[in-house]
Amino acid sequence: MIRSLELRGVALSRGGRLLFKGLSLSLGAGEACALTGANGSGKTSLLRAVAGLAAIEAGEVGFGGVDPADARAGGLHLAGHQDGLKPARTAREELEFWSVWSGGDAASAAGAAEALELRPLLDLEVRRLSAGQRRRLALARLLAAPRPLWLLDEPLSPLDAAWRERFGAMMQTHLAGGGLILAAVHDPLPIAARTLEIVGPEMGA
Amino acid sequence: MSRFSTLLARETALAWGRGGGPMVSVGFYAGVATLLPLAIGPEPARLAAIAPGAAWVALALASLLSLDRLFERDYEDGALDHLTLSPVPLELTCAAKCFGQWLATGAPLALAAPVAAIALGAPLSLTPLILACALIGGLAFAFTGGIGAALSLGARRGGLLTAVIVLPLFTPPVIFGGGVLSAFLSGLPWTAGFVLLCAYALAFVALGPLFMAAACRNALS
Repeated sequence: MIRSLELRGVALSRGGRLLFKGLSLSLGAGEACALTGANGSGKTSLLRAVAGLAAIEAGEVGFGGVDPADARAGGLHLAGHQDGLKPARTAREELEFWSVWSGGDAASAAGAAEALELRPLLDLEVRRLSAGQRRRLALARLLAAPRPLWLLDEPLSPLDAAWRERFGAMMQTHLAGGGLILAAVHDPLPIAARTLEIVGPEMGA
Repeated sequence: MSRFSTLLARETALAWGRGGGPMVSVGFYAGVATLLPLAIGPEPARLAAIAPGAAWVALALASLLSLDRLFERDYEDGALDHLTLSPVPLELTCAAKCFGQWLATGAPLALAAPVAAIALGAPLSLTPLILACALIGGLAFAFTGGIGAALSLGARRGGLLTAVIVLPLFTPPVIFGGGVLSAFLSGLPWTAGFVLLCAYALAFVALGPLFMAAACRNALS
């Protein structure tokens, strides 16, 4: 459904402080963009604004003609530090719930668990998982219910080198299928991607 | 619909998972109901007179206990973000959470209500009515309570704030329910009060989720 993402002159503020203004980006199907910028520059806020969870101060967020409400209801995944996984539930319960909630089912959840090698961990409570395993569980949601736009917030940080590479391959597959990726990162993405640096209002446009 | 029912199942499971939450509410309920005779005096005649009212007020207080975590936990760990990214309207999501609260906490409390009332000296014949009142009143407590829980998102000591917001909304069901029980005991017509209690509960089942969703959106942005 979503074939493109357009940001036109977006300005964001948080707590009364202007983070940036005049940010523009056009992302087409099969394209990835790495958002960079210093801590506190507003990368996470921008991802949340695209997901409709934060209001923008000025400008426009467009999804290539798709109604923003529809785009947010079934067209995008947000994966960040706050993964919403409950420590007391098992990995399987959580993955299956989020799979169904995002439009998948138990079978697609099992497929995603297979791809991220979570099978031996599925019966463990989420609290028993390491940071990297927990991140893999959170990322499995992206595969369990296919949605075109991935908004990723530091997706690689707790992953080891091997898993960074493997998740890179998964991102590549997603792009090859016409997906879009907007990822806030500090380290370079393991795939070919454009870079958009967020700079403060006093330095930028 | 399958999304709604899986969320309902998850909410109920989470309520039971967090240290047997509903049992804590029932224990608190039993505690309050036991404290009252200690303060009022043990004469059966005096206790029997206040039994239905005391059981009813204790029920309202016990319903407050687990409300503060209703939205707070999902807000803090990001689950609320993910719940909004769905074709399910946030209003329906909030309704599912309140129904989950009712199933997990309201229903066990409703089962305990006749026991508490009879222990305090109410006649056995009151059992079906107090059970029905507690079930319907519990629905009103869950949905008005959800409004308070959503409004106090992000506040420090949100639990206390929830109680302060919610207690005024608890007054009508407390009045209607208490009135129904005492009217029944003195042989007066009680159906009007019972219908008002149902109307109040249904009004908040319908309207409460609108307020909760607005409060959640406000807290997230």
